[in-house]
Amino acid sequence: MNRQIVKLFGLVVVLFAVLIGFTSYWSVFDARALKEKNANKRPLLEQQQIRRGRVLAADGTVIARSVAKGQGDALRYVRRYPEGSLYGHPIGYSFVQQGDSEFEKFHNDELVGNDSEFTSILDELRGRRQEGNDVVTNLDPAAQSTALADLEAAGFGAVVAIEPQSGRVRVMASNPSYDPNRVPYELSKLNTNEVETPLLDRATQGQYPPGSTFKVVTAAAGLESGTITPSTPIDAPGTLEVEGTPLENDFGESFPGATLDTALTNSVNTWFGQLGQRLGNDTLFEYMERFGFNSTPAIDLPAEEVYKSGVFNEEEELLGASDPVDLARVAIGQERLAVTPLQMAEVTAAIANGGKLMKPQIWSRVVDPDGRVTKRLDPSEYSQPISSKTAEELTTAMEGVVSEGTGTNAAIPGISVAGKTGTAETPGNAACGGGEEENQAWFIGFAPAEDPKIAIAATVECTEEFGNDVAAPIFRDVAETILNGE
Amino acid sequence: MSARNRELMALVPVALLLTAGFAAVFAQKNSQLDNLSLIYGAYFFGVCLATHVFLRIRLPNADPYLFPLVALLMAFGLVMVYRIDASLARDQANWFVLGLVLFALTIHFLRDYDVLERYRYTIAVAGLLLLLAPRLPGIGQQVNGAYLGVKIGPLAFQPAEFSKICLVVFLASYLREHREVLIVGARRVLGITLPPLKHFGPMLVVWGASMFMLVFIRDLGSSLMFFAAFLALLYVATGRFSFVAIGMAMFLVGAWFFASTVPHVHDRVEVWLNPYTDPQGSGYQILQSIFAQADGGLFGKGFGQALITIPGTPAPLLPAAQTDTIYSLIVNELGLFGASAVILIYLLIAARGFKIALLADDGFSKLLATGLTAVFAIQAFVIIGGVTRAIPLTGVTLPFISYGGSSIVANFVLLALLLLISDRARRESAAASGGNDFFLEGSR
Repeated sequence: MNRQIVKLFGLVVVLFAVLIGFTSYWSVFDARALKEKNANKRPLLEQQQIRRGRVLAADGTVIARSVAKGQGDALRYVRRYPEGSLYGHPIGYSFVQQGDSEFEKFHNDELVGNDSEFTSILDELRGRRQEGNDVVTNLDPAAQSTALADLEAAGFGAVVAIEPQSGRVRVMASNPSYDPNRVPYELSKLNTNEVETPLLDRATQGQYPPGSTFKVVTAAAGLESGTITPSTPIDAPGTLEVEGTPLENDFGESFPGATLDTALTNSVNTWFGQLGQRLGNDTLFEYMERFGFNSTPAIDLPAEEVYKSGVFNEEEELLGASDPVDLARVAIGQERLAVTPLQMAEVTAAIANGGKLMKPQIWSRVVDPDGRVTKRLDPSEYSQPISSKTAEELTTAMEGVVSEGTGTNAAIPGISVAGKTGTAETPGNAACGGGEEENQAWFIGFAPAEDPKIAIAATVECTEEFGNDVAAPIFRDVAETILNGE
Repeated sequence: MSARNRELMALVPVALLLTAGFAAVFAQKNSQLDNLSLIYGAYFFGVCLATHVFLRIRLPNADPYLFPLVALLMAFGLVMVYRIDASLARDQANWFVLGLVLFALTIHFLRDYDVLERYRYTIAVAGLLLLLAPRLPGIGQQVNGAYLGVKIGPLAFQPAEFSKICLVVFLASYLREHREVLIVGARRVLGITLPPLKHFGPMLVVWGASMFMLVFIRDLGSSLMFFAAFLALLYVATGRFSFVAIGMAMFLVGAWFFASTVPHVHDRVEVWLNPYTDPQGSGYQILQSIFAQADGGLFGKGFGQALITIPGTPAPLLPAAQTDTIYSLIVNELGLFGASAVILIYLLIAARGFKIALLADDGFSKLLATGLTAVFAIQAFVIIGGVTRAIPLTGVTLPFISYGGSSIVANFVLLALLLLISDRARRESAAASGGNDFFLEGSR
């Protein structure tokens, strides 16, 4: 019988080896896939047991923090947003059941303390609970609340303010906003609100016709490519026949032999239409892409929540240089050109920064639970779309817009402002009360013109007013708040 | 070093491990070191020491590694159960002591265990009655659709745990007597060696009992365990693999038939194959068991780190963590390495058990040791295989680790029988050789 006993033992060895095999499969080889299963709430529940770090404004104001509920095994942390709807965008929310969004989602690893695998193993050996890091943002609370208050008075829309030299995002406001504290109770209500779409961050997801603000891009392409100089005259008639439809100036005014300054100051459509045609598809698209069009902006928000800007066709597909477009209308910001306020703020910031576009970043530094700064924003260049000479020439022309042109409401006493208005006609949407034609009002600009501290894009949807009437005052208030705070 | 001194030496690190385990759990729960862990460690060591002294007196030649290995499993179990619920661990510790009392009583009264052979039919009937008991009105209890428990007054227990020992004793005795005729009387039909029907009748009874358990007790796990132990014994006794094949085929046909007709059995198999069909319902336990393991990784999350209930609610995240899915909890907290260590302990116990069978002189001892070891190893396989989705999940306990008095007490009786056989075998062989290698060294 001994031979059989030894064989039986052999079988037991094999069976136990199978058990170790299955255990290794679940615990190691298939672990990643299992953690991503919908039915698996464990990763979420465990994350809830980690004290998530705070999100702070530039001045230390607490935007988001976690509070403990229960004790021992029942301990869990719940997110609180003391400032309510002020930072609903771009900070977003983070809850176990409802998931996370925007800044909270993008910086999740830092906030829950996953950033350093090495320290967390050490901490585990020391029997210490994993703790999250604080993330300090560049957001300026005073300017953020000015922006949101102005928007609430003016209508739906967004404001983005960027420090040109560093790409630091000082303001990112979207109206209507929402109170992230309410998300656990009314997420589906917020989601299905088709009129206000409060969860839509209009600063990064609002795709609006840029109107005349786009003329800055056209002018930049013209100057940088050598197609024109600041003194190149172009005859701009009151009406120009393009592709069978007339392109008109405001009040049908004509500008014979106008140069860039005159054309930009008076926002002359026929002048820029002709410049666009002279540039051609390749050149105009090349400069758009240099400014970041057709790409997802390199901001620290989840890529799927930041939309691209560019020329779209009827199927909402992005067009490129090889696609046939009405160049004259693209050049003045029409023709299914859709841009996000963030993109326009980037264009403005690049001109303000001598032609260098810095990557826009909301975060500033990461602070570990012991108060040590573990990471600090190192501003980096995204591209250099234009030379400093071109930037200077554009600045001069944009100063004229505010001092004597279409954007006088943006003027700040004692400070020189460079900017551009925009008023695009849009088919009214549900938020406008449906059907009727309304305006998309814009103002982009920076100040002080000779030493820019802040570049801003402000836009208001569904308004009957012009850019100078509703958007320029928002620019002025936000710029003033930031410059006074310096 | 003598066998008993070796045993004593092995018990010291086990007690230290238990102390360290409690220290880790206390550190996790209260964020401080508590000298209560030392007190628990001392208690544990004291109980083990008393058992050791008893063995030194009564069974001086018995295998020196089995008891320390079992103590190691107990230490694992006590720490894990304590970590789930301190009051459950108190019960567990009491059962540990009660188990050792029965262990001592078994050794005391069954020193001449050949007496078991004389009462084999009585024992077989007792085993069957024990199996039936959960279906008896008044005392039977239904848990999760299976009739597993018996409750007489304040005393509740799971008779299948004891029944498995009765069954092994009967089979060992019956096969010892009939193995020759089973071998010699076998006939070849169509190239298959068939056992003689006359002597095979009682064997069919065992098959019937397994099927009966499947249908009436709805205890899939015990049924599997019993029948596998039976096949193992049949194989060892006769050396005929064809008998095993026939038996396996009979079991599979029966199991398939009942799996398609008895809803309870059918559900278990269905959940095993397609757990994601109803992740919140029938698939919840197996899925959560696997998810818990996925969280463990190589090294585990550490003692006391796993989530057992959904925080802030009493809803279970790992259902039956103290019994069925305790292995998943071990994988979660101690990782693949910790879990492999547990499996290794079971393997070492099996190795020692089979070694005892190899050393034993007479057929009954050999078969009894084989059967007891096999039923023990298969029990571990059935539950670990169940929670790792290697086989359908059924509710048997993880021997010496899971929370549960019947399991602990019954397995200590099983251990006592193994040590009794070992003591006699080694006493006789000590004179001959004196070799004492830990691992199997083949037949003498």
